[in-house]
This record gives sequence, structure tokens and C-alpha cells, in this order.
Amino acid sequence: MSRPGPFRTLLLSRLREFYREPEAIFWVYGFPVLLAVGLGIAFRERPPEEVHVDVAAPAAAPDAGSADAAATAAALKALEGDRRFRARSCAGEECAQRLRLGRTDIVVVARAGGVEFRFDPTRPESILARARAEDALQRAAGRTDPVAVAERQVEEPGSRYIDFLIPGLLGMNLMGGGLWGIGFVIVDMRVRKLLKRLVATPMRRSDFLLAMMGSRILFMLPEVALLLLAGSLLFQVRVQGSLLAVLAVSLLGAVSFAGLGLLVACRAQKIETVSGLMNVVMLPMWLLSGIFFSSERFPAILQPVIQALPLTMLNDALRAVILEGAGLASQSLRIAGLVLWGAASFVLALRWFRWS
Amino acid sequence: MPTGAKGVAIRCSGLRKRFVSRSSTVDAVDGLDLEVRSGECFGLLGPNGAGKTTTIEILEGLLPPTSGEVEVLGGRWDTHADDLRQRIGISLQETRFAEKLSVRETLDLFRSFYRHGLPPEEALALVSLQEKSGAWVGKLSGGQRQRLAVACALVGDPELLFLDEPTTGLDPQSRRALWEVLRALRARGRTILLTTHYMDEAERLCDRVAVVDHGRVIALGSPAELVARLGGEHVIEFALEAGMDGLREEEYRGLPGVSGARIDLEGVALTVTEPHVTLPALLERLGRERLALARLATRHVSLEDVFVDLTGRHLRDETASTAA
Repeated sequence: MSRPGPFRTLLLSRLREFYREPEAIFWVYGFPVLLAVGLGIAFRERPPEEVHVDVAAPAAAPDAGSADAAATAAALKALEGDRRFRARSCAGEECAQRLRLGRTDIVVVARAGGVEFRFDPTRPESILARARAEDALQRAAGRTDPVAVAERQVEEPGSRYIDFLIPGLLGMNLMGGGLWGIGFVIVDMRVRKLLKRLVATPMRRSDFLLAMMGSRILFMLPEVALLLLAGSLLFQVRVQGSLLAVLAVSLLGAVSFAGLGLLVACRAQKIETVSGLMNVVMLPMWLLSGIFFSSERFPAILQPVIQALPLTMLNDALRAVILEGAGLASQSLRIAGLVLWGAASFVLALRWFRWS
Repeated sequence: MPTGAKGVAIRCSGLRKRFVSRSSTVDAVDGLDLEVRSGECFGLLGPNGAGKTTTIEILEGLLPPTSGEVEVLGGRWDTHADDLRQRIGISLQETRFAEKLSVRETLDLFRSFYRHGLPPEEALALVSLQEKSGAWVGKLSGGQRQRLAVACALVGDPELLFLDEPTTGLDPQSRRALWEVLRALRARGRTILLTTHYMDEAERLCDRVAVVDHGRVIALGSPAELVARLGGEHVIEFALEAGMDGLREEEYRGLPGVSGARIDLEGVALTVTEPHVTLPALLERLGRERLALARLATRHVSLEDVFVDLTGRHLRDETASTAA
């Protein structure tokens, strides 16, 4: 029976430490999926919204014969007949109150000579309600439209918020995993003097670093699989490109951010120091790199900086592969950028690394 | 490859280590010479801040000296590091091993770094930790963790063992258990270099002791030799009733059988060869001077007395060591 070599025992130790820590499991695997589910539900595509319309009864005692009463009845009928509305009638003070409380979007006062709309112009729903109500009433009264209009509604997987979100969360997770899984763990080992104890043995330092890297790659696989699976099962998010390409980009992201984690951790002597440094590194990318919303929303003057951030490159490459079905070749610039970030971090980290 | 039985395991000369920071320059090790023979248990004894840990870390090849020569097992750290790492075992002053790994897994990890070594279960048996083999390190007591640290140092079956304050912070029972482990190792012919600030530890374990203060060796020899330098084997300690001025040191030295006398805040300590001769004379003299005793005790001379004699300070004198 041959004994396992140092790379294997180091890797095994790292894996054991990880899966024996239930909190780590949750934050790495559970949390991103929960986040995807939560945001996916919150921003799900809703059915076309119904507009709430109240039709005010004439102020005078309803007199079936009066012209106002007839106009009111006609308006109510027209609105009730249109599926876009949820119409009801109201009377007197009740109308104003329902409008104030937002229970209705608009109050329609119909008279013999025409209609009056009562609404709050600062509420977008009321503006929409006003336009729709007028449109419906005019048509009901016999308006003919000179331009023929046809509608085709687009609502297919690939263009929804959840489709945008899943690759972003994937990128965010790969960043967090690299920085925490490498940076935090190394500083923790330094604080415990475990690093010093290890270099006091014949252990090769390259074995140690390779095992750290290997553990990151192993942890990354379930991360990616879980998020893609959750997206696919719960929200029908489809991977348009090849899974191999997604995996390749994820791997590159994981390794690149592991390098950044190593750099952040290379000299820090305290957990507080490395936590602060990691926040300094991650916060701008959380904001700018297009996790939850597109990075293109930031001003043009910031774009060169934003596009050079590793997470922007990773997110954009993931979106291209997952949503647009792009091949790796089309992403070569971003891939080269990630390789550069990772390699530069590694070289600097190894140059400055402190074992004790 | 092993050095001869009568060889030298460690030799260093003119060792200096200077730590320079913005606010101060500290010479932690200040011209230290040392020779540890193969097969002996050698103790570096001194108060906190004396430079023991800095010295041992230089000898372990973990810290480069500012100047001086170091030779370990006939090799040098700058040229033979890989070979030396295979042949020595180290226990640092404090290492917190991964809490979620079991004792056995931790040993397996360390074993994997060495080309030759002990089976992990044998290393565990050496420190009597077999029954904790499957327990997570986080569940061990302080004494058990320290024994695990020693087991990790042993698992490569080293010729030379470095132990930095192996029993600091342990309860008396755990200390005794660890002493047994170290005695058994020495019996197996291993060379051990340990640091300690416990007198009794050095006296019980070490063949030879170097007393270190301010980064230098101020005395060297077997515990018995060092103690013998005081000129007596016993100490009479006493204090007078509050407010009474006793005799002067010279007067105490004049008493029969007294080889040394020292007066400090805690009272008077006389080093004597024959207590049964000195005691009656002392009591008679004090009675004549109408001086009343608050307490009186006799004990064997210890390394503590040696240290006080050499430096005028107590070993555990924190104020003296931090001021240094």
C-alpha cells in the first residue's frame, strides 16, 4: 500500500475542512441559489397589469332617465367589457378616497357632454390608466383608427431578468469563492501559525499552492452546476452555448480569482486586514461589473475602467456563452484579460508571499 | 547520513538577530554561541523575551540570522535545507492545527511530507494519544493538542527534535505526561533541543542547560553543575516581622556554613551547605538581635537560584523581562 503524496493529503485536508463546515457549505452553495430564487421570483414576468378604473356615479340621485346616468352606464359598460380594465362604480366621497389610497388608478366622471379623468399625474399607473381609459372610451363611442396596428408579444427565455441574473450570480460566486476560499483560508492558516509549521516540514511550497488551487477548482464545479441547474429547473434558463464552454470560462474565472485571493492574502497578518482588503477588491466589482444590472448603465467615462475589471470580463463572457450561445473564440479578448489578471496576481503574490 | 553518536548535532557561534522597526531596534539574539551534542537533551532556559524563541527559530532555519554561523546535523540551512528538513522535527511555540481534521488525519498530512518516518499510529502511541485518533483536533484539551504537536514533530522520525516551550500553559498532569514522552525519546537516542522558562522542567529533562538572558548565554552546564556553582545545595529562606531591619548581607555570609546571601523585597535567601549547622546559628543570632521571624523555610537549590544569582532577577520577573 503506497502512502498518498503531499499534494493529495493537502488537497484532501482542504476538502475535509470545507465539507465539515456547514456554514461554509451554505454560503458557497446554498446562498447563491437562494438569491437566484428570491430575485427570480421578485422580478418574474407578470401578466399584463390590469388597470383599476372607478366610474363615479352622478352626484344627483340616480335618475334612470337622465343623460348623465346614461353616459355613466355606457362608460362603465365599455370599461367592464375590456379585459385590460378592472372597472367598478363609486359614489361621491368614496371616489376621492379610493384615488387617494391608490385603490384605483383613475376615477372616470362621465357626463352627457364628455368624460372627466381624475388622477394623480405623478403615479405612472395613473398615466397609463388615463391613456388606456380614453382609448377604450373613444373606441366604444365609435372612433375609427386610421392606422392599422398589429402586436406581437415577445416573452421567451433568454431575455428575462432571471436570464440576465444567473450568469451574473455565477460570476459573483466565482469571485467570492476565489477570494474567500483562498485569501481568507491562507490568512487564517498564517494567524494559526500553521503556514509556518508547514514550511518547517519538507513540504514543497508548490504542492501547497497547487492543492489550494485544486481545492478551488473542485469546489467550483458544484457551484456552477447548482446555479445552472436551479436556473434551468425553476426558471427554464437555458444554456445556449456549449456546457463545455461555460465550464471552461468558469474554470478560468475560478483560477483567476484564486490568484487575486492569493495576492490579497500574501502579506496580511490579521483576519481583519484581509477582510478589509477583500472588501476593497470586491465592492467595486459588485457594483460595477454587472451582476444585478448591466454595467452599461454607468457613464461612458467609467466604461474603460469597468470593462477592465476581471469580474466584468467574466460576467460578460459567461453571458455571451450562456445567453447568446457564443463560442470561446469570440470571447478571446475577455479570456486573455482574465488570464492576464490571474497570472499577474500569481506572480506578485508569490514574490511577496509571507509564510510566517 | 546520521552524525556519529558522539558527534555534534547543533553548533552556532556569534549568532545575532536584530529586529529593526520604525520605533526601535532590538537585538533579540546578541552574540550567542552554542553546541548541542548528539543524543543529549539540551535546554535553553531564560525568562520571556530572553531571545530563546528567536534563537531556536534561527536554528530551525525559519528565520535568517543577522550574522553568525549555524551548523545543524553537519549541514547549513542555505545549502542543505531540503535534506535538513527531512531529518529534523519541530514543534513551534504555538500552532493551532485545523480544528475540523481528526488527529489521525493531521498526522497523515504531516507524515506525507517525509520520505521516511513512523507510521502515524506509532507516532500517536509515542505521545499516548491513540484513543483520540479519530477525534477532531478542535475537541482536544490543551495538553492533548500539545502532544499532537509533538507527534507531528516525531512522525518524520527525526534525528533532532526542536521543541519551543512544549509545556507552557499546560496543567501539571499534562506537563508530567509530556515529560514522560520526552524522556522516552531521549532514551531512544534522539537529540532534543527545547526552550523553557520552567526551572523544574529543565532540571528534570535536560542533560545540559544554557541559561539565556538578553540574547546571550550567561551560564552553561548540567543542572547539577550550575547548581553546584552556588557553593551550597540548600537554601534557607526567611522573612522578619514587618518593620524590622535585619542584618546586612555580609553579616549573614559570616554565619557558619553560608556560601551566599541575598536580601530582596520578599525576604532573605541564604545558600548553605549544611542547614543543620547554619540554622541554629542563625536563630541564635536573630534572637540576640531581638529580631522575630515571620516565616522560615529550607529547600534544595534550584536553577531559579542560579538565574537569580547570575542576573539579580527572578526568572518569571515579568517587569524585568519586558523592560529589557
